[in-house]
This record gives sequence, structure tokens and C-alpha cells, in this order.
Amino acid sequence: MKITLSKDKIESEGIALIERISGEDLKQCYQCGNCSGGCPVSLEMEITPSQMIRQLQLGNIEGVEEANTMWLCLGCQQCYSRCPKSVSAAKILEALRQLHLRKGEDHAEIAEMDMPLLKRGPQQAMVSAFRKFVS
Amino acid sequence: MPRIGVFVCQCGNNIESTVDTQKVADELKEMPGVAYTCSYKFMCSSPGQEMFKNAIKDNDLDGVIVSACSPHMHEKTFRKASEAAGLNPYKCEVANIREQCSWVHHDETKKVGTVKSLDLTRMMLERLKRNKPLKATSIPVTKKALVIGGGISGIQAALDIADGGVEVVLVEREPSIGGNMARLSETFPTMDCSQCILTPKMVEADLHENIKILTYAEVEKVDGYIGNFTITINKKAKYVDESTCTGCGECWEKCPFKADSEFELGLNKRKVIYTPFPQSVPNIPVIDAPKCPKIQKDKCGLCAKVCGPGSIDFTQKDEIVTEHVGAIIVATGFELMPNEHFGEYGYGKIKDVVSGLQFERLASSSGPTGGKIERPSDGKTPESIVFIQCAGSRDEAKGVSYCSKICCMYTAKHTMLYKHKVHEGKSYVFYMDIRAGGKRYEEFVRKAIEDDGAMYLRGRVSRVYEKNGKIMVQGVDTLSNGQQVEIEADMVVLATALISRKGADSFAQKLGIGYDKDKFYSEYHPKLKPVETVTAGIYLSGTCVGPMDIPESVSMGSAAASKALGLFSSDKMAREPITADVNKTTCNACWDCVTACPYTAIAKTEVKDREGNIVQMLAEVNVGLCQGCGVCVAACRSKSIDLAGYTDEQVYAAINAF
Repeated sequence: MKITLSKDKIESEGIALIERISGEDLKQCYQCGNCSGGCPVSLEMEITPSQMIRQLQLGNIEGVEEANTMWLCLGCQQCYSRCPKSVSAAKILEALRQLHLRKGEDHAEIAEMDMPLLKRGPQQAMVSAFRKFVS
Repeated sequence: MPRIGVFVCQCGNNIESTVDTQKVADELKEMPGVAYTCSYKFMCSSPGQEMFKNAIKDNDLDGVIVSACSPHMHEKTFRKASEAAGLNPYKCEVANIREQCSWVHHDETKKVGTVKSLDLTRMMLERLKRNKPLKATSIPVTKKALVIGGGISGIQAALDIADGGVEVVLVEREPSIGGNMARLSETFPTMDCSQCILTPKMVEADLHENIKILTYAEVEKVDGYIGNFTITINKKAKYVDESTCTGCGECWEKCPFKADSEFELGLNKRKVIYTPFPQSVPNIPVIDAPKCPKIQKDKCGLCAKVCGPGSIDFTQKDEIVTEHVGAIIVATGFELMPNEHFGEYGYGKIKDVVSGLQFERLASSSGPTGGKIERPSDGKTPESIVFIQCAGSRDEAKGVSYCSKICCMYTAKHTMLYKHKVHEGKSYVFYMDIRAGGKRYEEFVRKAIEDDGAMYLRGRVSRVYEKNGKIMVQGVDTLSNGQQVEIEADMVVLATALISRKGADSFAQKLGIGYDKDKFYSEYHPKLKPVETVTAGIYLSGTCVGPMDIPESVSMGSAAASKALGLFSSDKMAREPITADVNKTTCNACWDCVTACPYTAIAKTEVKDREGNIVQMLAEVNVGLCQGCGVCVAACRSKSIDLAGYTDEQVYAAINAF
């Protein structure tokens, strides 16, 4: 896929918003890949946390939106604890989720969840999932 | 019968653990010609050396062998001690029974080690019996230095030598000293202005009583050897009398003819009578003869009419100057790979594709735009600039396998300069690796990215083309899985490869120094003798050795100066007497040795009779230049050359004793 780089995209309002919600400076990341290396779920992600940051550095928000990365992130902060530049990929992914949730675009519908799962699943996980997936 | 002493060192347990040193000493005692032997714990220790000296005196020894470590370690130590005991130092030899024996054998019964030590020492004994007492020669030293190249490195070397109280001749090819550093706008990583830190040094060199600056001059010929070089310099005609010119500038203001400025790298024009830049040292103009109508066709001559002191002299001719110096510092600098090599980056077709050095001029307050960043094509302020690193560097297809080292840093600096001057501008940098090894260098690059918003893309540019007045740059960002990226830019800056100067190879041949495949000059040893060359008395400094930045060039200038000052610290210089010697009766003048000698130390000489007729031609060794490598000995077909201290007789005696 070819993308066109421009100042408008790289320094767009969307990017500024993500930086404001997450409190992270995307330019800080130098793409060492430590976050992706340590992430317990990066194997299942369509793009890894470091690739997600790279796409945002290039101003490609759509590319990140399409991927399952933000919904798979556990928020365990492994990425942050390993980052030599103290960037939290988890916070950036939380910001990306917030962009959806604040618009009321939920990623899960509690009513549609089947009962066996709700009964079997650990309470902690359920609370966490509601908090992450539901506005 | 000789009276030789043999001292077998135990080296603590280093030798003793696999060699029975006492047995070696005892058996050698029985050899003919041996008057004294002993085994000792540490021969190199102070008491060991005392014992050594006393043994020489008490036993009236006329030759000594120390069977110990490699001669590289302590030959000097024992030769000095021998001399102190009244023995010729070249009658002292070291047999290596540590590195070449005890350390490579692990036989704890000491059988193998002892036998081999005996062999090695016996061989040395037979060799030593044939050693002649040699005398260190000394050659006079001319206390004056030549510095070739007036860039920052050469200026630093010249200043340091001059401050040491020695006269220096500084030769520069261009009309002004300053070199490439004079072209820079700011310098990384401190961002101080290049002119502001360079010009004081240029003026200091100009005013220094021990420095003679010859600009617009080139070294034509180098003769002689360490301490005694004769340099032939061609001072090109400036057509201006340097003794009367005041540098008022009337001539270049009135001159009606223009030419492309070499200093501005074609970004601006200069007059035909010109100084390269306003702070030129010396501030004396030169006339570009091929472009001057007065000199070519005897028309105009306006400069001569307006010149107050009447300094213009159209009849001036090139002048040959001869200088006698003791040491030479080569600081001839670098040039950039010609941009014409970069067709894929649109160079030549697209006017707004410039080199890094050209961008320096655009950013420089004394440059063609007065420090405003403007496109060369239409003078518009660029809204975005793409910087392409490794343009030519690390590109074996273009003949450059090495990293040019300074581009990562200056490109980061360029993005900062651009951002500081054009706040709305956006810079993109295509790089392969960021090599920011140096004090505060990594931080500097991060600052360019994090504070000044330079967009760094890891990958190369495949295509640059024009579209609707914009320059389209197509490349790849390998950090995002090899995603193709396209940028609409207003300007492209190539961080072109730093290469050796044109003609660097033939100049090295003139000097008799080595150079590598890239025509950068070779150090004697890349780590431990970084400023020396294979030719004694010639030192290296700056980017003629390889890509380096300003701090490195300056330190190398000082290092070369300290080597030269070391040479100048005494009137005479002692030379090892291990030199080749030609047997005049058997030399048949085939000149194989002349071709073979890597130090050009062998000359063809004529033997004349009383009437002055040449009766014979002979090879003759210049002991000042000879390094005692022995190549000529091997090359000589008639076996007419012997190396003092390593004669065939000595070597064969040692082999036969085995």
C-alpha cells in the first residue's frame, strides 16, 4: 500500500487529539520494537504496538483504525515498562479506543454476550472488558 | 674465541613451567665461545638488569643473549643495559623462548620446551658470533615544517607547530585558507556558526610570526627524507602584487565580468577578479586568468585603473618556490561525490535538487541568499524539503563501500536550520541507519526529531520527478513493513558521499605515502600510529585519511603537530643502524632494488673517473630513508645487498645451527 506523506497528515488534528488524550508524544518513539517484543498478545495483533506507533507517526490513522490492535491490548503496561523512551503504547491504544467510545461506538454489546461466558469468565476480566469495550 | 654470556629468564612461571631454564643454562655453558650462563627469575626486573650489567663487566663478555620473551617486549631494555655496561648494544640479542616456546607447549615434564629453548638459544648463539658492533647513525634535522592544505585541520597543525616555536610553511591551493569548513553555516552539535569559530583561527595563522602562508600554490615535487625534505612549490600567478595590495575591494567591485563562484558551488556568481569569500585570508584577490578579457585579449583592464596602490600586474607569471623543511603534514581534505552521479534523484534535471554542501551555503548568512532558505529555481521558500542520506555512501554500485560518517549529523543539523528559519516547513529524512556516535550526537539527532519535528523515514528513495511545480519523491519506509511512501516536496537535499580529492593518488605517489582503494591516505598503523605514514617525517591530518568531522580533524591536526614537534626537539635525529648496504663491487645496476623499495630509499648513482666519464652505475641506499625492511635484499639477483644486523652470513649461521 502506498501512502502519501504530508505535513497536514503528520501534524493533523486527529494525531494531536490522540497525543492529547494519551499524554504521549509520538515523535519520542524511535522504533526499537521493545514494546512489540514484550507484548503478550502482539502475536494475535494485525499490526504490533510499535508498528501502530509508526503508522501514527506517518499520520496514517485509518491504517491503525482498521487493525484489531487496540481491541486486543490488555493494558498490562508491559510495553511501557520496557520502553527506553518511556512511551506507553498502551496509553496510545487507550486513546484510540476512547475516540470510538466517546462517540458511542461500542466494541461489545453486553446484552448479546452469551450467558455461559458471562458466568464462566473471571469477574475481573468482565469488568475490564466492559470498561474497555463499552462507552 | 668470543666471550658470550647467556641469560635464561624464568619469567616467573611463564617460562619455567614448561622449560628447565637451569638445564638450558648448563648445557649452553659447554658450547664453544660461551663464557658465562645463568638462569634468573625475572631478567627484566631492576635487580635482574643490575645482575646482567655486573655479569657483563665481571666476566668481560663481548656478546650477550637473553633467552626470554619476544624481542618486541624487552630487546630495547637489554640493549640499553648492555650499552650501560660498556657493550655495543647490537652485540646483545634476545632469543624468544616464551611466545615461541613456553607459551605454546604444555608438556609439564619440560622435555619438549627445554629442547626447543636450547635450539632457539643455540641458533641465536651462532648468529651472535657473527654480529658486528653497529653504530646508530644520526641525521641533521631542518627545523621547519610544511603543511599541505589550509583547511581547519591544516590550520590547527600549523598553529600548534608555530606555537611550539618552529617555522611553518602553509600551502593552500585556493586563493584563501579556510577549506570546506568556511562553507558551512552552523556546526553540529553545538550549532555555533562555522565562520565565527573558524575565522579567528585563520587570522591567527595569518598574523603568526612563525607561519608563512602561500595561497593559490601547489606542491609540485617532494625530494629528500625525514628531517631534510626539499619542496618545490608552484605559486600560481595571482596578477596582484601581494606586497602592496590593501584588499580594499575596489577592483572586484568595478570588474564588469562574472563567472560561477567555486566557493558558492555554482549557486552564485563572482567577479573575474575576486576573493572567494568576504573573510578570505589573505584578503588579496586573484584574477581568474582564463576568463579575464585583459589577459586573454588585452581588452578592459578596469581593475588596474581603479587600483589605488597599482597592485594589478597582468604580466605576472607562475613562480617556482623552493622550501627546505624537516617534516611534512598532509592535510589535503576531501571533496563531495559529483551530484551528476545521482540520476535517480533527479540531479541535473531538477534544479531544486542540491547537495548538502550547497544547502549549507543556502543556510549561511554570508551565502547567496543571505541565510534565507530559498529554492534555487525560483527563489520560493520551500514548504517541505526531503533530505536523502547515504547518497552515494555505502553504495558499492557507485564505488563507495564506506560510510561518509558526517552526513547523519549534518542532515539532522539541516532539518533544524530549516525549521528555525522556516517555522512552517516540514522536513523528511530518508536514512538507512542513523550513525550518531559522538559526544552529544545522539541527543542532537533526537532533538531534530522530537523538538523540531523532522520526519525520519528508514528506507531509500527510488524515484524523484517533477509534477506541477513540485518535486515528487517516492521511497519506502521499512519501519512500517516496507510501505511505499510518496512526498510532495519543494526541494531535495542529497547527503552526497565524501570522497578523496581528485588526484589524491598521484599526489600520494609524489610524497611516497600509501593510499587505500578509495584513495584515502593510509596511516602507518590504523590504531597505534594514526598520524604517521610509511614514510618517516610525513604525517597525516584530517579528511585526506577518511571521512571525519571537525573535532576529529582538529585533534588530528594537533596530533600531527605534536609528532612534528617531537622530531624538531633535537638538532639531530638518531636512526637505527639496521639499514641496507650495497656491495659496490658486485652490483650490476639492474635496478630491481630501486623498483622493490617501498620507501624510495635507493637511488641510482654514477661512478665517474677523473675525466668525469661515467664508468659505472650503482645502487646506493639513503640511510635517512631506509627503514631496514629487507625487501631489496630479497630482490637483488646478484646478492649484492646485505642488511646490517641481519646479514646473510648471520641468518645462515643461525639456520645451520638448528
